[in-house]
Amino acid sequence: MNDKTFEPTIIGFTCNWCSYRAADTAGTARVKYAPNVRLIRLMCSGRLDPTFVFKAFAGGADGVMVTGCHPGDCHYVEQNYKALRRFILMKRVLVQMGIDPARLKLQWASAAEGVQLAAEINKFVEEVRALGPLHWNLDYQEAVSTPAMEEVTA
Amino acid sequence: MTAKPKFAMYWAASCGGCEIAVLNIHEKILDVDANFDVVFWPVAVDAKYKDVEAMEDGSILLTLFNGGIRNDENEHLAKLLRRKSQILVAFGSCACEGCIPGLANLSPVGDIVHTAFNTLTTDNPHEIYPRASFDVPEGELHIPRLANVLRPLDLVVDVDYYMPGCPPESHQIAAVVDLVVKVVKGEAELPPKGAVIGVGDSTVCDECPRARNVKSITEFKRIQDVAPVDPNLCLLEQGIPCNGPATRSGCNSRCPNAGTQCIGCYGPAEGVLDYGARLIAAFASVIDAKEPEEIERILDGIPDPVGQVYRFNLAGSLLKASAEAWKAK
Ligand code: SF4
Ligand code: SF4
Ligand code: SF4
Ligand code: FES
Repeated sequence: MNDKTFEPTIIGFTCNWCSYRAADTAGTARVKYAPNVRLIRLMCSGRLDPTFVFKAFAGGADGVMVTGCHPGDCHYVEQNYKALRRFILMKRVLVQMGIDPARLKLQWASAAEGVQLAAEINKFVEEVRALGPLHWNLDYQEAVSTPAMEEVTA
Repeated sequence: MTAKPKFAMYWAASCGGCEIAVLNIHEKILDVDANFDVVFWPVAVDAKYKDVEAMEDGSILLTLFNGGIRNDENEHLAKLLRRKSQILVAFGSCACEGCIPGLANLSPVGDIVHTAFNTLTTDNPHEIYPRASFDVPEGELHIPRLANVLRPLDLVVDVDYYMPGCPPESHQIAAVVDLVVKVVKGEAELPPKGAVIGVGDSTVCDECPRARNVKSITEFKRIQDVAPVDPNLCLLEQGIPCNGPATRSGCNSRCPNAGTQCIGCYGPAEGVLDYGARLIAAFASVIDAKEPEEIERILDGIPDPVGQVYRFNLAGSLLKASAEAWKAK
């Protein structure tokens, strides 16, 4: 599905020390980024519980973006590497679940990189727009069906 | 003398192991018989669905329901027994969270039927499949229709208590039987609705006697590829994916005690919303690598991540089933 009118919903989990400030910098510098991203501030990317990501997808998000300080710059020493490892394992799970792993993005950004972050956000919005709506069974009971045996063995 | 309270047990999409586990409480089973009138339990007593339908609503005190909801017969029985029972317990991992049958939520139902009726072990040259209904001289026969996905019991009906485990441990079942008997006699109170019963209050790791140091994993391996396995050291530390960190206690860390990894049959520990997510976090935390390529290489040691982190919990997870399974074809 490639619907030009489709506005993807994206949840962004941002680190307080870098990317959240970067987004702020972008805002104050009047650098525009797509309004599709709802930012949620974490104290560090290492706080990213994979539950948040699955909950976002199950709750209607079309894409999830995780941002953290550049490698070596994490305020809690090495927590962003932990985020990286979680991210890679989550992607493997998403593939098996039939969710395009491109719907999950990890982006490093320092507090000064507002312009770059805004550009990455815009790029991601377009990538997710191209993937189309995910619409992960928002009405779970509706999504359950008992197809006829004739139908499924055809 | 007042009539004994009524007891029922039912199996939906299950393996039968939970029934055996109940029978395996040895002489305690006599307490069930002494204190209850067993009105419906297909594995043990002869009663028909229509007998249950004829019962007054709420007339069964306690129903242990095991198995997930995979077809319309399972769903009908779940709704029927909900109506007839005062206390409905999701009994065993299948009813609580889908368990092994829930792993079929990775496949479209058509593939499941093909695999069952037309594989190397099933000679089916004419591709004959069961029909949902067919005519016989006596009339039209129906068989249950499979749903596209398997649902844990509480996604179909309201559940009063959860008793996890594949199957629940006999000593836990015996303790719950004791409690219910006391409640019937007015000597004890029921736990709050929605409680998980017959369990411990922490994780399998907390009960596990194996020694733990700092975990830094540079390779994940299947246990059969580790030789020798240190009998006293944490298995995860030895690179064997062990699900203990996310799993609810209650089994006295049975598997690590027996020399093998926990595969998670007691389901999510208290406060864990998504079992697999918790394990992803736990495994990612112990990997000793910073470069993406190196991390990928280490994770290749877990060739089936969903099967590893959601072995018992896929149907009860946040995502519940794969995109393919939802589509049914
Ligand atoms: S929980 Fe385990 S033992 Fe019980 S029915 Fe399911 S598969 Fe069998
Ligand atoms: S990870 Fe497994 S072996 Fe290690 S402490 Fe936990 S339960 Fe025991
Ligand atoms: S150790 Fe894990 S898999 Fe084994 S019985 Fe306990 S909870 Fe189940
Ligand atoms: S403080 Fe920014 S990623 Fe850790």
